[in-house]
Amino acid sequence: MAWRLSRRAAIGTATIGASLLAWWLLTAVTGIVGPQRFPSPAETWAALAQLWDPGYAGGRLPQQVYHSLRLVLLSFLAASAIGVPLGMAMGLSRRFEAFINPTFLLLRPIPPLAWIPLAIVWFGLGDGGKIFTICLAAFVPATINAYVGVRNIDPIFLAAARVHGASSAQLVRDVILPGALPLIFTGLRLSLQASWTTLVAAELVGAFFGLGRVLNVAYQDIFPGMILVGMVLVSLAGAATTMALAMVERRAIPWRAPL
Amino acid sequence: MTRRPGIAETAALTAAGFAFFFAVWWGVAASGWLPRAVLPTPSDVATTFMALIRDPFAGYTFQQHLAASIGRYLMGFALAAAIGVPLGLLMGWFRILDDVVSPLFEAVRFIAPLAWVPFAALWFGTGIGGPIMIIFSGAFPPCVVSAYRGAKLVDQRLIEAAQTHGAGSLRVIAEVLVPGSLPSIISGLRVSAGLGWQSLVGAELIVVSAGVGYLMVQGQSNLATAIVMCGMIGIGAVGFAIDVALRFVERRIKAQWSPA
Repeated sequence: MAWRLSRRAAIGTATIGASLLAWWLLTAVTGIVGPQRFPSPAETWAALAQLWDPGYAGGRLPQQVYHSLRLVLLSFLAASAIGVPLGMAMGLSRRFEAFINPTFLLLRPIPPLAWIPLAIVWFGLGDGGKIFTICLAAFVPATINAYVGVRNIDPIFLAAARVHGASSAQLVRDVILPGALPLIFTGLRLSLQASWTTLVAAELVGAFFGLGRVLNVAYQDIFPGMILVGMVLVSLAGAATTMALAMVERRAIPWRAPL
Repeated sequence: MTRRPGIAETAALTAAGFAFFFAVWWGVAASGWLPRAVLPTPSDVATTFMALIRDPFAGYTFQQHLAASIGRYLMGFALAAAIGVPLGLLMGWFRILDDVVSPLFEAVRFIAPLAWVPFAALWFGTGIGGPIMIIFSGAFPPCVVSAYRGAKLVDQRLIEAAQTHGAGSLRVIAEVLVPGSLPSIISGLRVSAGLGWQSLVGAELIVVSAGVGYLMVQGQSNLATAIVMCGMIGIGAVGFAIDVALRFVERRIKAQWSPA
């Protein structure tokens, strides 16, 4: 086992190393891939330095990251705060589900990105439209997984709690919520992913600040180094928030083995 | 949990739900609280829809925009499936390939598909190649992951039995690995089809000159909300149809394969 792991790690490191070497050889040394197509390591570094000081596309690196991160977190939290209780309510009451489902059936097939033009008409290019679009994107997975999570709870647990005299509030707090938590978190993970995808798209379509704006301006300037820096920053920010959510999940569901 | 309502009650509540949705929309739009240009009524949208089918807008009629989108989508999705599924299967079969490709895959996994837009446009242009690459980058990962998982989940005994009977690598892959991982592959293709469609919409909002996404952007810059909504309906309907079709295939395949 230890041998397997170390072999895997060694091959992995070698692969990444070889790719970086190939990147350097193709762009900087031989010039097979021209600077108009893909930046060399040095150009990428220079772009990063420029973004750090004096800044690019209306802001310096920390400001651009902060702007995008804030929009994602605000929207994600708002969407979860509405979506999870709504999904649980749909799971708890079949009547409520039957009533709400049609709206879902009509709106769910529309991809979140398709709301962007409408959001621009309604809210303009500022933060409001982005929060609206990201909320819609994050809302659906949060709601559906909370709903499925409640529906999948073993009815025997509910009957057992009832028999022992649990009130409805106790039932929700001590049986239903813990039982649905694993799926709720699955939904939140998907929501977070959808939030980032939507943010990037929304900022690419039109924005004043943010990482998507950096990508957009870099594209218009044909500045491959900055495009790469923007992509890496978006991925890092996405990965960081995903890891933070995984930490919350471990704290919230200590009884479940990590995946 | 409340009592299970009867079929009649469920149907009534569902009908009430549909009525509620359209009543709220119509009520808010007709009240004059918001200008019609900002929030058209459902009938305004229907009228606009008929007009878009008849008269070209942004260069083409609605059907032509839709056909352009679907054509691009099919090419990107087919490319993702044609490369992703075999790659995933081979990664599940050859350990060395798994060890080499997995770290690279992990490294690019967090890049949102739409973040590829600038490079896609630089490399392949904004006509047909760029959008296809963006659809590809959205649809590719689930293809690889599901084929890989499917290959890993194939019963080891079946593989060993085939090998004991003298089947070579190629035959084991073709006759055991592929059929054994088909259910997982189909589930992955369904996810991938949805993500690809979503990526297409994003791509069309940003870089093309025909397609439903482009129609919506043009509608948006003319402040024609009804046109934007028609685009959303078209996108939603096609996405829904794709999902229903793949769900059907998935059920058929799973029903055929489950006894084994």
